[in-house]
Amino acid sequence: MAIISRGFTGRRPDVAPDRLPPGQYITRDFPVLSAGPTPRIDLDTWNFEITGVVDEPRSWTWGEFNSLPMETVTQDIHCVTKWSKLDTTWTGVSLDVLLDGLETDATHLMAHSYGGYTTNLPLADVRGARSWIAIGYDDQPLPPEHGGPARLLVPHLYFWKSAKWVRGIELMVGDRQGFWERNGYHDYGDPWREQRYWGD
Amino acid sequence: MWEGHIPGQHVDIRLTAEDGYQAQRSYSIASAPEDDHLVLTVERLQEGEVSPYLFDVIEPGEELEMRGPIGLYFVWEAVMSEPLLMIAGGSGVVPFRAMLRHRRAVGADVPARLLYSARTIADVIYRDELEVHDGSDETEVVLTLTREQPDGWGGYDRRVDRTILEEVAWDPDRRPRIYVCGPTTFVELVAGTLVDLGHHPTAIRTERFGPTG
Repeated sequence: MAIISRGFTGRRPDVAPDRLPPGQYITRDFPVLSAGPTPRIDLDTWNFEITGVVDEPRSWTWGEFNSLPMETVTQDIHCVTKWSKLDTTWTGVSLDVLLDGLETDATHLMAHSYGGYTTNLPLADVRGARSWIAIGYDDQPLPPEHGGPARLLVPHLYFWKSAKWVRGIELMVGDRQGFWERNGYHDYGDPWREQRYWGD
Repeated sequence: MWEGHIPGQHVDIRLTAEDGYQAQRSYSIASAPEDDHLVLTVERLQEGEVSPYLFDVIEPGEELEMRGPIGLYFVWEAVMSEPLLMIAGGSGVVPFRAMLRHRRAVGADVPARLLYSARTIADVIYRDELEVHDGSDETEVVLTLTREQPDGWGGYDRRVDRTILEEVAWDPDRRPRIYVCGPTTFVELVAGTLVDLGHHPTAIRTERFGPTG
């Protein structure tokens, strides 16, 4: 039971309730949250790979990746630190394209990033036109502090799941915790069920 | 039931209006686990939704809904044996007050340095307390005042740059454990420069705050 805060009226967001998950507020800025320094990534040696429980691992260089079919999508994003940003526009490759025709018994995946960051997701959550590897934001190359050259984009989960500086996904049978998931944050992270922390 | 915290952790404060509308924000804990009270240090943001309420409306004795402690990465414990380097921009100093007080309370002997960037001397939070820490127990507190300095100011007078970091951060060979907390642009610059100077990226923990309120 919540404690009523005497005299608190709040600043109601001017959006339809189905756009803003519980406990979130709207920002027009684009805050940056990272656990460490922004890594320097050389596009000449960049690659993105699919490894783990898969018969034939896949790998793309930056050039190869850029020749894949790109989509531009407009999505709302929700950070566990309470800000949400509506109608953000991203350009990238759908995970459906990257996983197309791939034979695997995997149930989950671990996204791995340059700099060592990891985050875990059910495989089903990146399929079905729900996730992308984004290389563009607002019609520009994705800036390094926001995860460029390439980041995972899984907008239906809290934004820490959208790993910055992504370099690959490891397919797994069963679940394993990633970086924030080991450090106090929820394993799945659905903003609509307010799954922020352990125990939610 | 509060079960104690680790310096560097934060809590969430949640306000609820009579009709059920809620707003919540995260605040760093400013007290050490050994202190009698849990202390949060909140910067009042003019356009904020939660911080003005905490300053202007709530009275001593009223209840406040709080959740925590949260976070297990941007934390420091006295068993950690590397030199402790803390770099703060503005109210980013708050978690470092918890670390310094904890370090003193348990008598930890790892050397500690705090580099703290503020606009003016009046903006330095916990100034008197930091002066007491400085020069005792292997602790050094280094201030830089970026906008205005008092007469006779002997400290740094500019934004944190490579030269300041070379002078204040230990040599990378000493493997300091580094925490950087402040606004995004500050943290990006400081963390990037530390990597340039040879500090290992995994030795640098960052906490950035954008425009919350």
